[in-house]
Amino acid sequence: MVDGLNAAMPADSSLAEASPEPVLGHQHRVDDEALREAVWARVQQARNVKRPHTLELVRLMASEVIELHGDRLFGDDPALVGGFCRFGQHRAVFVGQQKGSEVEENVARNFGMPHAEGYRKAMRLFRLAERLGLPVVTFVDTPGAYPGAASEERGVAESIARSIGVMSGLRTPIVCVITGEGGSGGALAIAVGDVILALENAIYSVISPEGCASILWRSPEAAQQAAVAMRLTAGEQQAMGVIDLVIAEPAEGAHDAPEETARRLGATIVAQLDALMPRALDDLLDDRYDRFRRMGAFADSGTSVTPRQERQSLGDRLRLLLGSGRGMLGAEPGPLRPAAADDQDEPPLREDV
Amino acid sequence: MPIKLPFRPRRQGFPPDLWTKCPTCQEMLYNKQLEKSLRVCDKCGHHFRLRVDARLAQLLDHDTFQERDAGLESVDPLGFVDQRPYPERLAAARTSTGIRDAAMWGTGAIGGHGVAICVMDFAFMGGSMGSVVGEKVTRAAEAALAERLPLVVVSASGGARMQEGTLALMQLAKTVAALVRLAEAGVPYVSVMTDPTTGGVFASYAALGDVNLAEPDALIAFAGARVSAGTIAETLPDGFQRAEFLFAHGFVDQVVKRADLRDVLLGLLGYLRPAPQRRAVSTAAQNGSGNGLLSRPLSTLVDVRADARTGAERSRG
Repeated sequence: MVDGLNAAMPADSSLAEASPEPVLGHQHRVDDEALREAVWARVQQARNVKRPHTLELVRLMASEVIELHGDRLFGDDPALVGGFCRFGQHRAVFVGQQKGSEVEENVARNFGMPHAEGYRKAMRLFRLAERLGLPVVTFVDTPGAYPGAASEERGVAESIARSIGVMSGLRTPIVCVITGEGGSGGALAIAVGDVILALENAIYSVISPEGCASILWRSPEAAQQAAVAMRLTAGEQQAMGVIDLVIAEPAEGAHDAPEETARRLGATIVAQLDALMPRALDDLLDDRYDRFRRMGAFADSGTSVTPRQERQSLGDRLRLLLGSGRGMLGAEPGPLRPAAADDQDEPPLREDV
Repeated sequence: MPIKLPFRPRRQGFPPDLWTKCPTCQEMLYNKQLEKSLRVCDKCGHHFRLRVDARLAQLLDHDTFQERDAGLESVDPLGFVDQRPYPERLAAARTSTGIRDAAMWGTGAIGGHGVAICVMDFAFMGGSMGSVVGEKVTRAAEAALAERLPLVVVSASGGARMQEGTLALMQLAKTVAALVRLAEAGVPYVSVMTDPTTGGVFASYAALGDVNLAEPDALIAFAGARVSAGTIAETLPDGFQRAEFLFAHGFVDQVVKRADLRDVLLGLLGYLRPAPQRRAVSTAAQNGSGNGLLSRPLSTLVDVRADARTGAERSRG
């Protein structure tokens, strides 16, 4: 369904040389200065406050926009917007995170970080779309769900899990667009669909580069390396199969030409809806399930014996040793140690009796 | 109580793993005794983390566990290198834990009730969920559906595995989609949250049990304290994000002490049986129709009930 739209593919010259295609097992050069700068430029584009956000885009590319509010349970989340609108011939329900373009608006919008009520509003709108036979178009642009006390109290994690579940089984076509920051579970909560699009300078990641850097490099300054290592640009995500289609941004980027960005995006959304709407719902749902079912990379050594028994064989130990290099030397494989789970924070004490 | 020895202990000859200090009450616990009490402090009830083999042994009937997909192994799809390459971290984790990845799944029995069970192990890279963990949870859910066995998932995880990037994130969608199908088919699912259950695991399958159980004082959170502090400069109050907090806010059915967990599961499994499949129910009802007490044919009645149940499952999923 995404074939024939290659005209919308970006002529990606800036990154084409710097960034190699992601290949299984390929060692990524996180210390490559040019690559780091190219990737970081995209992260900054994705976060640019002047970039058109969900409501701006929808108003530019759709007609008959009617916004709806409230989750009917707790309140209305200004960080997640939604309602009815019309893309070309297609009446649809739209949902998206909303950042502000001025400081004041950004504070009011909570920087596009939804609480649980935001995702519950989204679910309410998804179900409404299903009942009315309207397709759903979502716009993803969030650093992540709000990670604070209020949000934990009201069960933001539960709302994200439920929203993913509602979308995976929703009996109507869903088109998702990553327009800016695709930050972790807070993004995925409204990004489960039949086709996933992204703007050229959008990013999609499991954790923010800063968060990743502070955990794995133990320093937030390593955010640029983390951004490279996670392969979070739209182009790389497309190569990994997480994103189906990348839409080139005009001029210096979406913030520089919002109208043209919206025109390109709108045309692509209409084309996707044209392709999806005639499809039988059962097939559509099976394909949607399979799309995410396939996600992941792993090897199956196909053995039925338990790993512990197998690890005792010499060949396996040698393979482990050779496969992992220096780090393994000196570390003798032993039986399951019951205390290992607590080793880091509760070291066995030897000083006292 | 500390034992006073009349002489200075010889440190070199002292086995390092003999004693463990309880982080809550500072009591010195003799490891053998700690194992006997399911790694719960005898004095204050602090629940230490449990390895996957000990957890399976605690919950399942003796010798009933049959592991499936034991050969699944993580690969390095991104070529991820931070301070160490991801394959090196994996190999080190395999050596130190003796398991292939952070989850193990299979079938077993709890008090004679057959279950599909998936158990996570925090010792393997913080129980992080990469492709293998996601695949195992999904396969467990799919097998539970196909074999119509209740599903039990015991979570212990810091969240999605960063080294697999968005492929780890996609495991949230994969596992939840499988659980939605399971719920639609009327097969029940119990989620047991142990210390810790955070991030992407809490925001996917761990939160979605038909019944959610949690161990006392387990850390259960969407964003850990470090993320909150780093992102929004908000420090969270004490006792926040613990099992009891989740219970107070309605996201956990019961906080269950480890010693009681098997009995509580056993009790639940008496109710959480897969709904009879609709076709089978109507056939059985038709065989039994002839009962003159009912004004409507029994088969119709049963069909209506089955419909109502399916509807309820759907609206809940």
